[in-house]
Amino acid sequence: MRSTNETSSRRRFVNYLLQTSIGAVAVSVFYPVLSFLTPPRIAESAEATVVAGKITEIAPNTGKIFKFGSKAGLLIRTPSGELKAFSATCTHLDCTVQYRGDLQGIWCACHDGHYDLNGRNVAGPPPRPLDQYVVNLRGDEIIVSRG
Amino acid sequence: MANNRFGLSRIALRFAVLVYALASGWTFSHLREATVHAAEPGTSKGVDYCVECHRDLGDNLGSPVVESEGDVHIQKGLGCVGCHGGDSSQPDAERAMDPRKGFTGRPEPSAVPSFCGKCHSDAGFMRRYNPAQRVDQEAEYASSGHGTRLRAGNKKVATCLNCHGSHGIHPVNHPQSRVYAPNVAKTCGKCHADPKYMQSTLPTNQVDEYANSVHAEALLVKNDLSAPTCNDCHGNHGASPPGVSSVANVCGTCHTRQAEMFRKSVHDSAFRAMDQAECLACHANHRVLRPDDAMLAEKEGSVCAACHDGEDKGSQTRAEMASALTGLRDRLQRAESLIDRAEKAGMQVSRASFAVAESHDSLVNARVLVHTFSAAAVKAETDRGMTIADKSYRMGQDALDELQFRRKGLGASLVVILVALVAVYLKIQQIERHEQ
Amino acid sequence: MKATEERQEGSVQGPGQAESGGVGDWLRGRLGFASVEALVAKKTVPLHRHSIWYYLGGMTLFLFTIQVVTGILLLLYYRPSAEEAFESVQFIMTDVSFGWLVRSIHSWSANLMIATLFVHMFTVYFLKAYRKPRECTWVTGVLLLFLSLAFGFSGYLLPWNSLAFFATRVGTEIPRVIPGVGEFFMRFLRGGDEVTGATLTRFFGFHVAILPAVTTVVLGIHIWLVQFHGMSRPLREEGTERREMKFFPNFLLRDIMGWLVALALLAALAALFPWELGEKADPFAPAPAGIRPEWFFLFSFETLKLLPAHILFIEGELLGVVGFTAGAMFWLLVPFLDRKAARGEPSPAFTVLGILIVLYMAVMTGIGFLS
Repeated sequence: MRSTNETSSRRRFVNYLLQTSIGAVAVSVFYPVLSFLTPPRIAESAEATVVAGKITEIAPNTGKIFKFGSKAGLLIRTPSGELKAFSATCTHLDCTVQYRGDLQGIWCACHDGHYDLNGRNVAGPPPRPLDQYVVNLRGDEIIVSRG
Repeated sequence: MANNRFGLSRIALRFAVLVYALASGWTFSHLREATVHAAEPGTSKGVDYCVECHRDLGDNLGSPVVESEGDVHIQKGLGCVGCHGGDSSQPDAERAMDPRKGFTGRPEPSAVPSFCGKCHSDAGFMRRYNPAQRVDQEAEYASSGHGTRLRAGNKKVATCLNCHGSHGIHPVNHPQSRVYAPNVAKTCGKCHADPKYMQSTLPTNQVDEYANSVHAEALLVKNDLSAPTCNDCHGNHGASPPGVSSVANVCGTCHTRQAEMFRKSVHDSAFRAMDQAECLACHANHRVLRPDDAMLAEKEGSVCAACHDGEDKGSQTRAEMASALTGLRDRLQRAESLIDRAEKAGMQVSRASFAVAESHDSLVNARVLVHTFSAAAVKAETDRGMTIADKSYRMGQDALDELQFRRKGLGASLVVILVALVAVYLKIQQIERHEQ
Repeated sequence: MKATEERQEGSVQGPGQAESGGVGDWLRGRLGFASVEALVAKKTVPLHRHSIWYYLGGMTLFLFTIQVVTGILLLLYYRPSAEEAFESVQFIMTDVSFGWLVRSIHSWSANLMIATLFVHMFTVYFLKAYRKPRECTWVTGVLLLFLSLAFGFSGYLLPWNSLAFFATRVGTEIPRVIPGVGEFFMRFLRGGDEVTGATLTRFFGFHVAILPAVTTVVLGIHIWLVQFHGMSRPLREEGTERREMKFFPNFLLRDIMGWLVALALLAALAALFPWELGEKADPFAPAPAGIRPEWFFLFSFETLKLLPAHILFIEGELLGVVGFTAGAMFWLLVPFLDRKAARGEPSPAFTVLGILIVLYMAVMTGIGFLS
């Protein structure tokens, strides 16, 4: 009697252990899977399209640097209010350019390179214009894409 | 009027002078006209007898024919007569090289500027070939170190021909031109790097010094045609070393920020008072090397130590700027090595790398701000840079934390699997024991 | 007392009487799998010296299932165009929760599955399990080998990184040497004359639609045939005492132990040796030095490299391709060629041939890694 009770409790223990441990393995598989299926906060890779800012945050005749993939981009609002976006990497020696309200143009501080509002290199060492990106508005969000 | 022989001679003399004046005037204008006519394209129609004869002559008389093959003047149709005058349609040497037809032959060194200038200083003439071309080279040259010496009788200085060539002249942006940007230093060096030629009038180490500079590296190795060579600082035709107080202006044509900052700093008036050349004092003029933070060091490699004795306010500023830069550099390096470690361990670090690039930008800016010679300005920038460097360090740290999290997660899941393995094993045992 | 005990030990009696009898009966009545249950209950596994190799088929199947599941998960975030593929994989590795885990497991499991497949195949070969009546099982198995290699080749390109791009270019260049159809075959694979975004989209189609569909059918036949014929006993063991183990639950539980170990191994590999991504493919950049295909193609790649440019008047590479095709045909038809095994007699010739093949593949793969 006692031996059967022991074996039956032992059996119950083994069954319990089996069920619990297989269940734990299942959880350790399903938890990552379900987490994977949940969309991440940033829905898409920032390599091709990115939210560069809000229209309310950028006044005419100003510019701002934003992150585009792993490189820097320059978002400008021309004095007439138009939105444009370019690669912020100067075509001379890769410094980061900036918008100059006093010049109403884009300027590179490293060797005094100048670009106009279309990104064309107009003065100084830069040999090529800046790469231009496509700008769209979604509500009040400014969306920049490689186009 | 006296009716004697002398009176008659005086009249004859006056008459002769008048005739001579008229004749020479006519000749010179005809010379000009002949040159203009000869220079018109299509006037050397048919066979060019200059080339026909001179081609078969050897040495000095024959070589110009070969050299002129790619010449820009020949290509525009000016021909030999375009510069030398004469008549190329005449096979006979005397008739071809007739001074009455405007032939001038080989000009004397002192006459070279006006020889070239007879076309190149004539705006109306140049407009027919290249309206955008400048026509003030002769005037510029007159103001140059070479020009003034030439006028004083020095025949060894450079004239148009020495730099541009006499035959086989190419446009400036043609790679074969002697004055194509990468070729300029070699051309200037033909005289200026030759001690025997210069005969101790000027130092002859400039080309050598320049060759070791960061500008030469950019121009000759990296093919950056915007990099400066001799003429960008000294001028083309008005070549002269910039004056002591103008150096910052010259360097400042590209390095605008540094020049602006320097002008507003304490060193500006101080250097002028000492008659000390500005940028040169720390950066040299020809051997401009890539600047190093070590230039702000206390002793070894320091440029400040040349004037500052180590106790004065300037030395204090130096120490503060140096420590600010070193601080940022170290912080940046710390972040970079951490991110590198994370990347090697297999983590993706593109976001952190972006922050590192931003921080690096800040370090470059801080180094430029050294030219304000204000420790506060430098420190403000390095503080900003350090915030960004810390941010990227944190990102690297996050990446490594994520790595640890994964390893811990792995450990936990391995434990779970191990327990399951044991459970299954026990179940097998149990079943098979029962079966027996 | 005994009856109670027996009832308590109901779980041991087999699948026919599940403890929650009500639900099971309900399902049985509607889905009709009682006959399947009966088959499983009767299934046994022979016990002998070489029984351990019986685990490999199930292991390969387990790893294949992992591939299907992780592959489907990746499908939710992957983008099959040249402009977005690399970035989407990077996105999975960085921004998607546990994306690094799913992707690394997918890559590691692919390699483990092919390795297991090779071992399974060679053990079946050496134990002559392909002999009558299991010839079709062998043929479907070899077809599954080809399908798996196609899965590996097509999947390798999908991240669109530099290494994969150039390896694909080299790999798809090889069929060109076949006279007549070679050019067409290459264009068929590449979706054009060169490896471009069109190749990527095409390989994606192969990898997630065409190959899975064909594999489902072939795998289905293969597994059915294994159940139908039962497990083969090695020739030498045929006459001896026949010890058997019940498949359910004994062998299956042991299978599960093996699968748990495999799961642990995959988790460890994914966490400790995450699969590299490299850099995005640039079709106009020069090929990096030392491109080579994945390890399971290495032996054939090295062979082609070692062949001289011309043998008699035939191009060396063509001879190599023809040779490998002939080899594949031979391998497919082994059960029909090995007469002795079909008669139930030992066939040492085929054993020796097998050993030589294994040595050849091992040595060439080694050379490929060392060079």
